[in-house]
Amino acid sequence: MSTATEIEYETTIGLEIHVQLATVTKMFSPVATYFGAEPNTLIGPVDLGLPGTLPVPNAQAIHFGIMLGLAFNCEIAERLVFHRKNYFYPDLPKGYQISQFDEPLCGPGNFGGVRIHRVHLEEDAAKSTHAGGSGRIQGSDSSVVDFNRGGTSLAEIVTEPDIHSAEQASEWLRLLRTTVRQLGVSDVNMEEGSLRCDANISIAPKGSTELGAKTELKNMNSFRFIERGIRAEVARQTAILRSGGTVEQETLHFDPRTEAITSMRSKEDAHDYRYFPEPDMVPVVVTTEMVEKARAAMPELPHEREERFIGLGVEPGAARQMSWRPELGDLFEEALKTDDSNPKAVAALICNELVARLEDGDLTHSKASAASLAQLVALVADGKVTSSGSRTVLDKLVEGGGDPAAIVESEGLGAVGGGDTLTPIIQAALDANPDVAEKLKSGDMKPIGVIIGAVMKETRGRADGKEVTKIARGLLGL
Amino acid sequence: MSDALIDAIKTTATEQIAAIKAGTLDARELFEAYRSRAAADTTNAFTYVAPEAPAELPGRDTPLAGLPVAIKDLFCTEGVPSQAGSRLLEGYLPPYTATSVQKLLDAGSTSHGKTNQDEFAMGSSNENSAFGPTLNPWDPTRVPGGSSGGSAAAVAAGHAPWAMGTDTGGSIRQPAAFCGLVGLKPTYGSISRFGMIAFASSLDQAGPITRSVADAALMLSFMEGKDDRDMTSIGLREPIETPTRTDLTGLRIGVPEELSGEGIDPGVRASFEAALEEAKALGATVTQVHLPNAPHALSAYYVLAPAEASSNLSRFDGVRYGNRLEAEDGSLIGMYTRTRTENFGAEVKRRIMLGTYALSAGFYDASYGRAQRVRTKIVEDFAAAFAEVDVIATPTAPTVAYKLGEKSSDPLEMYLGDFCTVPMSLAGIPAISIPSGLSEGLPVGLQLAGPAFSENLILGVAHALEQKLGFDTAGAIR
Repeated sequence: MSTATEIEYETTIGLEIHVQLATVTKMFSPVATYFGAEPNTLIGPVDLGLPGTLPVPNAQAIHFGIMLGLAFNCEIAERLVFHRKNYFYPDLPKGYQISQFDEPLCGPGNFGGVRIHRVHLEEDAAKSTHAGGSGRIQGSDSSVVDFNRGGTSLAEIVTEPDIHSAEQASEWLRLLRTTVRQLGVSDVNMEEGSLRCDANISIAPKGSTELGAKTELKNMNSFRFIERGIRAEVARQTAILRSGGTVEQETLHFDPRTEAITSMRSKEDAHDYRYFPEPDMVPVVVTTEMVEKARAAMPELPHEREERFIGLGVEPGAARQMSWRPELGDLFEEALKTDDSNPKAVAALICNELVARLEDGDLTHSKASAASLAQLVALVADGKVTSSGSRTVLDKLVEGGGDPAAIVESEGLGAVGGGDTLTPIIQAALDANPDVAEKLKSGDMKPIGVIIGAVMKETRGRADGKEVTKIARGLLGL
Repeated sequence: MSDALIDAIKTTATEQIAAIKAGTLDARELFEAYRSRAAADTTNAFTYVAPEAPAELPGRDTPLAGLPVAIKDLFCTEGVPSQAGSRLLEGYLPPYTATSVQKLLDAGSTSHGKTNQDEFAMGSSNENSAFGPTLNPWDPTRVPGGSSGGSAAAVAAGHAPWAMGTDTGGSIRQPAAFCGLVGLKPTYGSISRFGMIAFASSLDQAGPITRSVADAALMLSFMEGKDDRDMTSIGLREPIETPTRTDLTGLRIGVPEELSGEGIDPGVRASFEAALEEAKALGATVTQVHLPNAPHALSAYYVLAPAEASSNLSRFDGVRYGNRLEAEDGSLIGMYTRTRTENFGAEVKRRIMLGTYALSAGFYDASYGRAQRVRTKIVEDFAAAFAEVDVIATPTAPTVAYKLGEKSSDPLEMYLGDFCTVPMSLAGIPAISIPSGLSEGLPVGLQLAGPAFSENLILGVAHALEQKLGFDTAGAIR
C-alpha cells in the first residue's frame, strides 16, 4: 500500500504573459507613451476616462498583434472585437478595461514546443502606489495613481498547460522574450514592466490524466523570480498534498525577498467582470492585406534561425543556444564570413569554449574577433594546432584579441604531428607504464588516457589524442 | 425688449440667419436678447446661461452668422459647466468641446447656455434632473418631455432659436412632440458622439430640436460627419439638402399597426389620423405595415440601454473628477459608495442596478443576449417594411405632455411613453417628430421614420407635411 508521502507528483504549468507593445501612442488614445516620463504627464482626456471620451483602436497595436500571432503560428481572427471587463479600481479610470473576450485576435498556435491558447489585445491599467501598510491598497495610508501607463497597449499571451518545470518555464520565456524582441513589437523589459508573467500551477500524481487544482501566481517581474516562485509554489502544493490536504484554487503573490507565498484572493471572491461587447467601437475587419503586411514585416525568428543553423550542420544544442541568444548567432554568422568550411566546429567553439570563459557568458567581456574564431577553427582542422592547444589560443584571444596563427607561433603551440616525432615519445610513455601497456595489449583500451596524458605533458599539449592512440596501437601490434 | 426683436425671435432660425446676413437683424442684439430671456427663464430650462456675449461674434459671412444655440447639458463644452443633469458632475468643467458642438461653432454658431435634462439622459419627463424639473412652456403644470426637455422648453419658449439634444430611445423626438417642435434623431453614426456624456453608447445620437424642418436640416448639415475620435461615426452618405418638397405624390407611407393602435390616447390618434389625411391630400398613399417584434422593443431597450449605462457610468467613481464624497472610515469602498449613492438620482441607480443584473454571469444570455436578438429582429422588421413603403409614420408619443408628478412615481408607466420611439432607436434609423396639431390645447407629435441614411427623404416629407399642417411653433413664445 502506498502512502501519500511516497507519491511522486508531476507539475503542470500554463503561463499568461503580458507584453507591453512598443506602439508610439496608447491602445485607444492618441497620447504618446514611453517609459520613464514624469508621473501623469503622458495623459489625455481619453486616458483619464473623462466624460464623453471614446476609444479608437491603435492600428500599430493591431499590426503588432498580428505579427505576434504569426510568430506563434496562431490562426488570425477575421475580425477584431473588443469587450469591456468591468470592475472598480482607482487605476482603472473608466471602471472597465477594454480587452478581448471570446474572440481573441489570435487563436490556437504552437511555439517552442508549447501550445498557445490565444493572444489578445487590451489596454493596461494605470500604476497605483500605496504608501504605508503592506504596499497593497488594503491598510495603506494613502494611494497615488500614475496614469502614464494607463491605456498603454498590451498583448496578452496565454499558453496551454504544456510546461512541466520551473526551468522549462524560464527557458521558454527566454525564447519568447528573444522572439518578441526580434519582432520589434516590444522592449520586453521585465524591470520596466513591459514583460509581465503570471503562472497557473498545479501538481498531480505522476501518470494521472487529470490535472490538480491550480493556483495562479501573479506578476513575477524577473526570470529568476519566476523560477523561484514556481519552485516555491510546487513545493508548497506538494507539502499540502503529502500531508493529506487539498490545494485551494486561489490567486497568490510571491514575495521574492522572503520567498513567501501569500493569498491575494480565493475562488469565492472572484469578480464577475460582466464582459460585454464594447459598444463604443465597431469590429475591425482583419483583412488579408493586414495579415500580409504583418508577414512581410517579420524578421527571421529564433526558431527559424535554429532550423537554419541545424541545416548548416551545427549541433542542435548549439543551434538553439545561438538562436535564443542572438548575439551568439550574430557572432557565429560573422565568423562564417571569414571561413564557412566548418560551421559545426565554429558553433562548438562559441557555445562550448568561448561562452564558458566569459563572466555570465557575456560576449562583451571577450576581445576575440569573429574572424579570429574562424581562423582558430581552421588551424585546428588543418592540424596546425591541437584542440587542447587551441584552448590556450582562445584564452589569449579572449584576453587581448589578435591573430590565432601568430599566437600559436609566439606561444610555441604548433601541433606536434607525424609518426617520426611522436613515435619515440609514445614508446617512452609505454615503457614508463608497463602495467598500462599490458592492459592495452589485452584489448582493454581504457587506460590509453594515461599514455595520452604522458605524451601531452611531454609535448606541452601539442599532440593530437587520436593520433597518439593510433600510433600506440601500432607499437603494441594491435 | 423691442417688438422688432420679439418678432424676430418668433421667426425660425433659418429666417433669423437670413436677416442677420441681410443686415436687418443685429447678431449681438439678438444674442443678448436670447441670453437675457434665458437668464429670466421661469421653466428651469437652463442649467447654465452665459454671463455675457463673447467679445467677438462670428461674422455675417459665416454660415450660421453668430446665431446662438442652446446645448443640452451632457455635451462637453470646454470651460463651461457640463453636468449631464447630475449632482455628481455639478460644476464639472471639461477641458475639451464635443465634436458636434465644435462643428456648429466652426460654422459660425455661438452658445448662450446649457439646457436642463434628465440625469444622464435617463428619463422621459425631465423630472429626473438633479437641478429640478423643467416646465413645459405651453402649460407650466406639465412636463416638457425628456430627456432633452430643457432644450425643447428653451426653444418652445423662444429662449433659444434652436437647440442641440440627444436621443437614446426618444429623448429628442418626444420632448419635441410635447413642446410643439421639430426634433430629429438622425441615423446612428451620422453625428460624432465624442464629447457627449454617454448614456447607452450603441443608441445615443445627437440631433437638432428646432422650430422648423428647414432649421433641423440646416443644423444637421453642420453637425453630421465622420469623426476620427468616434469609431462608430460614419457621417451621412449624401449632403443634407434644404427641404423644399411640397408634394407627396407617389410617396408610400406605412403605418405599423403595432405602434398606432392600442395605448394611444384618442386625442393623439385623432391628430395622427388627420395628419395622414393631409398626407393623402398631398398625393401620398397610406397603408398598414407590420413590425411584428416592435411590441418587444421596450423590453429589449430597457435591458440593453441600462446594461451599457451600468458600464458607462462606472467612471463616475469620485477618483479623478466630480463630486467626491469621502467615507467616514476613510476607505476606498466607502468613498465609492457614498459618492455614487448620494450623487446619483433614483432613476440612475435603478438603471445601473438593472444593467448590472442584465450583464451578470448566469443572466447574460437570458437578458442581454436575448435583448440583442430582439434588436436584430427589429432591424429585420424595418427592412421588410421598407421593402413595401418609403417612410413609416406613427404618433411620436402615446399622449400629450402630462402633468408634473403624474408618472414619476411609476417607472413602468414612464417607460411606456417611449413605446413609439424606441424601435427606431434600436434599429439605428432616422426619425423625425413634427407637430401634427393640438389635443386639449397641447401639441401632438407625428413621427416619420425612414431607412438608414434617408435623412433627405424624411426631411422632405416632413417639410411638405409641415407646410400643409401649418402648425405655429411659436405658439408658446411670450
